[in-house]
Amino acid sequence: MTDLIHLSADALAQKLASKEVSAVEVTRAHLDRIGAVDGAINAFLHVNTDEALLVAAGVDRARADDEALHPLAGVPIAVKDLIVTRGQPTTAGSRMLEGWQSPYDATVVRKLRAARMPILGKTNLDEFAMGSSTEHSAYGPTRNPWDLDRIPGGSGGGSAAAVAAFEAPLALGTDTGGSIRQPGAVTGTVGVKPTYGGVSRYGAIAMASSLDQIGPVSRTVLDSALLHEVIGGHDPQDSTSLTDPVGALVEAARRGEVEGMRIGVIRELQGEGYQAGVLARFHESLDLLRSAGAEIVEVSCPNFRYALGAYYLIMPSEASSNLAKYDGVRFGLRVVPDGAPTIERVMGATRAAGFGDEVKRRIILGTYALSAGYYDAYYGSAQQVRTLIQRDFAAAFEQADVLISPTAPTTAFRLGEKLGDPLAMYLNDVATIPANLAGVPGLSLPGGLADEDGLPVGVQLLAPARQDARLYRVGAVLEALLEETWGGPLLARAPHIEETTEVGSR
Amino acid sequence: MAEINRDEVAHLARLAHIDMTDDELGRMAGELAVIVDSIRSISEVAGDDVPATSHPIPLSNVFRDDVVGQTLTNEEALLGAPDDADGRFRVPAILDGE
Repeated sequence: MTDLIHLSADALAQKLASKEVSAVEVTRAHLDRIGAVDGAINAFLHVNTDEALLVAAGVDRARADDEALHPLAGVPIAVKDLIVTRGQPTTAGSRMLEGWQSPYDATVVRKLRAARMPILGKTNLDEFAMGSSTEHSAYGPTRNPWDLDRIPGGSGGGSAAAVAAFEAPLALGTDTGGSIRQPGAVTGTVGVKPTYGGVSRYGAIAMASSLDQIGPVSRTVLDSALLHEVIGGHDPQDSTSLTDPVGALVEAARRGEVEGMRIGVIRELQGEGYQAGVLARFHESLDLLRSAGAEIVEVSCPNFRYALGAYYLIMPSEASSNLAKYDGVRFGLRVVPDGAPTIERVMGATRAAGFGDEVKRRIILGTYALSAGYYDAYYGSAQQVRTLIQRDFAAAFEQADVLISPTAPTTAFRLGEKLGDPLAMYLNDVATIPANLAGVPGLSLPGGLADEDGLPVGVQLLAPARQDARLYRVGAVLEALLEETWGGPLLARAPHIEETTEVGSR
Repeated sequence: MAEINRDEVAHLARLAHIDMTDDELGRMAGELAVIVDSIRSISEVAGDDVPATSHPIPLSNVFRDDVVGQTLTNEEALLGAPDDADGRFRVPAILDGE
């Protein structure tokens, strides 16, 4: 049964539909894999064994009765632990929410349940999605399946590692400044940040509300399109949700065409600070796209150099406000100091004990940026820069149908390497942040292995708002061309992860 | 623009309701000074004629129909409460001396 875990979601869906395998077999194969390798990877904070098998058994019964089923019914999925789920804990990777259970489901979770996709469990992340390495989780770091001494990216390192280690064919992530795409890049997997508002945020624990977006994590471009169609679409529960239909994303991925398309290389997202092996693989991808009939043009986005700075003002400002609700009153941790403390002292003690260093840093930074006297100079200016970045995108999309860049400037670094230097950590997101500031969609797919360290490199595609289908159309072509040169998927070259029999330990 | 020093961090931590030890205040001040330094230039990028963007995709007046929807029951709302009484959240004294 172990080969079931190496199949794509699309292949699993076909085998399920033809009754070649049962949903229980597929789900059990993945649960067994989690039991065998997750002691080493630590991608999961909670494994949802009983409910997943129950849902799978229901799918098998329904199929035996010839009930109409969603194409992905019975295909299991992992969910980032920032997204609330009934019947399972949701921690956001924080001590603040240890053991907390949501009384409601996120809209995306409701959609997974409606499609009858078994939920394997909840995946690890940087606390409240604040980080680029998953090292800021209160429950220990996730390890990169390509090298267990290296980071899996962040904040969604758990979802990316789970998919890369064949613990799940699909996962959900959230992306505020690159938390889906950058983990995808460093683990050799696919991740998509949809257009802002394209997927409901209802039930995603908020970090920065004007930047956060839920999206798919998978091993193939087509699989992300399949999942994107499940979770996308209008939701009245999220007032920023777009009313547009989700679009023919699967069709775009299946058709895959770049002939005559203009693909814009962003001048500002290459060169200094980018690892040689990252740039070498990036330029190979450009050559492949050119050979397939695309026109490669260069575009300039001069204000992108201010994106990181603007992001580190807007994001902490919104986060400091969103995280004010963790005060020990209505849910989560409450720490009561000695004596007869007032609620204010309880809040101070609760937030001191419940939040980790990075969360505290961002709350303080946001409180600073929003303070009287600094508001205009910092938050106001950052919002103006946001306008300039949107204008850069608009001008670039006059010259190109999609834009392309490396997803991250480097391959996976070693655990602990950047923990003491927050600014160095922030620089990992330099290429992914502009999309969040402008609300445009982005996709990262594996571009190969860097020569100097043999680790995965990510290639990022960006499209205008509401044109997510273009990402799948181009991404599918590039993926096929690259796999032809590799003789198979990149993950086939990942090192073997030793399986243990440590089952049901968490 | 003012430097972000230890006193400033102590003030901000009080505003944000996060107790911090002396060690933490010192470390946080050092780290934040580096970060603030690197983003200071943002205030000089855009001219006065550039409008601010608060939201990536402009939407206006998003309303829902004025009908009763599904909401949490009182019991569900209190499910994660650290302490509750009589169907409400219970907290320690709001004011000193109560």
